[in-house]
Amino acid sequence: MTHLDSELKMLKADIIEMWRLVINQLDKAKDALTNFDRDLAEEVVENEKRVNSYELKIDRDCENIFALFQPVATDLRLVLATMKICNNLERIGDIAASVADFVLDADTDFNKSILEHTKILEMYAIANEMIADTLEAFDKEDTRLARTMFKRDKILDKIDEAALDRVMECIQNYPEQVRNSLLVMSMIRKLERVGDQSKNIAEEIIFYFEAKVLKHKKKKQKEGDE
Amino acid sequence: MANKLETIDVHLHYGDFHALKGITMAIPENSVTALIGPSGCGKSTYLRLFNRMNDLIPFTRITGQVLLDGEDIYQIKSSKIDALRRNVGMVFQKPNPFPKSIFENVAYGLRVNGITDNSFIENQVEKTLHQAALWDEVKDKLKKSAFELSGGQQQRLCIARALAIEPSIILMDEPASALDPLSTGKIEDLIFELKSKYTIIIVTHNMQQAGRVSDHTGFFYLGELIEFDKTKKIFTNPAKQETENYITGRFG
Repeated sequence: MTHLDSELKMLKADIIEMWRLVINQLDKAKDALTNFDRDLAEEVVENEKRVNSYELKIDRDCENIFALFQPVATDLRLVLATMKICNNLERIGDIAASVADFVLDADTDFNKSILEHTKILEMYAIANEMIADTLEAFDKEDTRLARTMFKRDKILDKIDEAALDRVMECIQNYPEQVRNSLLVMSMIRKLERVGDQSKNIAEEIIFYFEAKVLKHKKKKQKEGDE
Repeated sequence: MANKLETIDVHLHYGDFHALKGITMAIPENSVTALIGPSGCGKSTYLRLFNRMNDLIPFTRITGQVLLDGEDIYQIKSSKIDALRRNVGMVFQKPNPFPKSIFENVAYGLRVNGITDNSFIENQVEKTLHQAALWDEVKDKLKKSAFELSGGQQQRLCIARALAIEPSIILMDEPASALDPLSTGKIEDLIFELKSKYTIIIVTHNMQQAGRVSDHTGFFYLGELIEFDKTKKIFTNPAKQETENYITGRFG
């Protein structure tokens, strides 16, 4: 193994660790919401520092690899893709911490009916699966799986679009849960962004493995560009 | 990491020419240190301090301390200079195999040091050819002349020859500058492998090479050490403007 190969291997290992941490953060924030577990929410907020540390380390490692090894071709695409994936993961980490913050802002349990009616749990399940699948796509070089992000993101968009009406219905039906309904609305807005970030990550995975740039292309082109 | 080599306020004159001007530098053990700088900056002169090769040049005057494992190698008895040179191997810019077989090139250092046990020599030759990542390419033609090898193979043979007598330090003076990119890559990978066992100092004109292979880098200019730091620091955020200008190609 060359020196550059060993540096790239370590870089990949680090980004995968960061990925797992972010998935874990998102999962825990969901559990904090459904179980109204304030301790868990605080843990998620606290762990955000670890996500940030990974971002700083990976950024620094990428900078060093550019400066010391001048990578080309696949190696270059790996470093470029890793930098951007890292940036998107950090934002998803922020989203997990924001959801946990909203849980801490609530003064009472979230009514289960609100969680079901607003479809936030369904949204959460899709977002979690998406981010987990981006990791699998990266790890197994599965660009077909990466391409599924574009369709799945649309489902999140639809839930987000309908959220305002649903939250207003919740406010009418559960007047004692106005604050929580509004917090759920804010969470939905955040979770919609996880779909966008997963889509961005998918684009970077396809760029890395296929050298194709899908950014700013129409959705049909992205999904069918195989 | 302990310092294997250290120079303290070393000045070197070739006659009237002041080639090294007060160089103080500590070189960590089991690491690769690259010396970079324009031609005539003193980096090769500095390298040759460590096996006292400058002594062979007439009218050379050296002051200051050059420490190897804490001992000043310019204060040792003349009779110990051979032992010093066994401990400090050197590889030059152009591959310089002896006009002998591949096997005898590597065995040479052992034989001149009085080793006669043939099975030990055979084991040592095979071991060092493995270390130099050359064994697979030459194992079936050990009796052939070293001159039949390619330039890159000859250079790895010279590295094997240097390793055979088990030095702890290897000095490399532009070891890949006469080689094609593929052979250069093999030499660089070899340097990376060897650093776990040896302290390596490499003089190179190729800044990218310094970045790829070294842990620490020293930038020399007009006989002065302008900056010495971790290679990552030198190549991402050097402290001195002169270093920045040199590594970005804006020199002068």
